[in-house]
Amino acid sequence: MLSQEKIKALKIFAINIRMETVRAMGTLGFGHLGGALSIADTIAVLYGGAMKIDPKNPKWEDRDWLVSSKGHAGPAIYAALALKGYFPVEELLTLNKPGTHFPSHCDRNLTTGIDMTTGSLGQGASTSVGVALGHKYQKKNNYTYLILGDGETQEGQVWEAVSFAGARKLDNLIAFVDNNKQQLDGFTRNIHDTLDFKAKFESFGWHAIDVDGSDVVQIYEAIEAAKLEKGKPTVIVLDTVKGKGVSFVEGKEKNHHVEISKEQMAQGLAELQLELDKEVEA
Amino acid sequence: MSTVLIAEKHETEKMAMRDAYCATLLKLASEDDKVVVLDSDLMSSMGMVPFLNKYPEKTFNVGVQEANMIGVAAGLSATGLIPFAHTFGPFASRRCYDQIFLSVGYSKLNVRIVGSDPGITAAFNGGTHMPFEDLGILRNIPDITILEPADTVMLQDLLIQTAGMYGLFYIRLLRKNAVKIYEEGSAFEIGKGVTLREGKDVTVISTGIMVKEALDAAEKLAEEGISARVINMFTLKPIDKELIIKSAEETGAIVTAENHNIINALGSAVAEVLGENLPVPLERVGVKDLFGEVGPVSYLRERFELTAEEIVIKAKKAIERKNKR
Ligand SMILES: Cc1ncc(C[n+]2csc(CCOP(=O)(O)OP(=O)(O)O)c2C)c(N)n1
Repeated sequence: MLSQEKIKALKIFAINIRMETVRAMGTLGFGHLGGALSIADTIAVLYGGAMKIDPKNPKWEDRDWLVSSKGHAGPAIYAALALKGYFPVEELLTLNKPGTHFPSHCDRNLTTGIDMTTGSLGQGASTSVGVALGHKYQKKNNYTYLILGDGETQEGQVWEAVSFAGARKLDNLIAFVDNNKQQLDGFTRNIHDTLDFKAKFESFGWHAIDVDGSDVVQIYEAIEAAKLEKGKPTVIVLDTVKGKGVSFVEGKEKNHHVEISKEQMAQGLAELQLELDKEVEA
Repeated sequence: MSTVLIAEKHETEKMAMRDAYCATLLKLASEDDKVVVLDSDLMSSMGMVPFLNKYPEKTFNVGVQEANMIGVAAGLSATGLIPFAHTFGPFASRRCYDQIFLSVGYSKLNVRIVGSDPGITAAFNGGTHMPFEDLGILRNIPDITILEPADTVMLQDLLIQTAGMYGLFYIRLLRKNAVKIYEEGSAFEIGKGVTLREGKDVTVISTGIMVKEALDAAEKLAEEGISARVINMFTLKPIDKELIIKSAEETGAIVTAENHNIINALGSAVAEVLGENLPVPLERVGVKDLFGEVGPVSYLRERFELTAEEIVIKAKKAIERKNKR
């Protein structure tokens, strides 16, 4: 059970992740804002308490791993890593600048704290299964966390990996589906309906939990429940909203990769600051 | 570094390449717990059942899903393991190019991919299974090392070497019996071609099953008073530029011989080196941009002109072009 204090800290952490993401993309003028904001609460829970990590020792052998197969969520993860002290927060503003350590998509060779390289959708599913399998083979206790986009699950490779993880009973693997109901070209139901994730994963031998993906308590408790589930990987299906927390993108039609004017950045930051003040006072 | 002992007689080996593969992996796995094996439902075809029986815990047969296998291998290597992942050559290249490129190559992870049944040796599996393009596809990946062992002696040495190295490797592997080229105890240097026979009129640069054809061609040419040098270029990438340039200087005419499309693999790599350094007449023996088809290897050799006779014709043509200059 999370204490009230801890819950508050996670909520604040999530808002700060959103703010740093908006600042980095806004300074650049564009970015994959929608999908970064929808997953921010989960990233806050992971780096804010669920994951075993040591910011001073990013390659710590006993750490938990995160593979964001939707590699374009990178900037939200970089924000969390910076706020945890992996590197100075100011460095986030070099996003996508020539020679940067912070590319649009996660890169294990460029960014301290990023465990695997992703960007071609579907591939992180397989590599995360490999990581979990490697730890199991070496009798290590690390957990591997995987983040999938809902649109991403249209890739066949995802289901190759899901099927294999189920067959191998990888209970050290915990996946999330960021079910924000939108993909690049629009609403998933209008393009290629992804149907019932819980039923789909269960049919592959997974334990599946539906949660409100903007509720840090539900996310945290689902992870705790997943750890108790032996002999099965767990998927936590996150009911999320693409662009969550910033009004000019939240739930909007075209919010995948957006141009961000200086005014929009200021407006987004102001909205989030308001949220932050409310949370701090609460 | 390399001490190469060339066999006196080039006869079909008693041990199949796949059995040498299995024996070597058994040895590697017995010495190092980090060595693990992946396959996509072709372990029996690859003669790897003894490995599975001995080391079930080191065996990850993912089933029929090649792209996932490559990703899983990448993940395993990220935790410090040393994976060898096998499937048939066409699937090990065409079907998982993006996974090999990004999950392994770009990610700078440590995976050995073994693609079996090169070119016409896919024989009765036919055109769907006959990779004339695997090397061409994979040669584009920065930093990949591409190896095509000629016989069991070379295979064993290269497998052991790659197990101790870090990076992305593609090993193009005949499953059946090769022709013996080297004696036990030979050691090879990756990235350096082996000169099997000296010669001054023309150089035949060969790989895989075409090494024996090149040696036979050199014999035939010798009977006609033509002195042909024969090289086994078992590393396609990084290609041995120095040896190619030296041979161009010393013999003035080059023929390449490969069991692959003449586009994008050995013939192209040699042409690139010659074009940029010392353009001498080059003739390419190989598949002339065709799809594969079904049949016995003996038929396919003729059908796709992968014979000693063809090398002789091309060698004479290259020499003629050289003499006209
Ligand atoms: C293999 C591949 N195909 C296409 C793309 C381009 N692309 C990037 S994100 C995206 C949509 C992803 O939608 P979803 O998984 O739902 O992500 P989210 O809505 O959470 O941003 C597409 C098509 C890609 N990166 N990789």
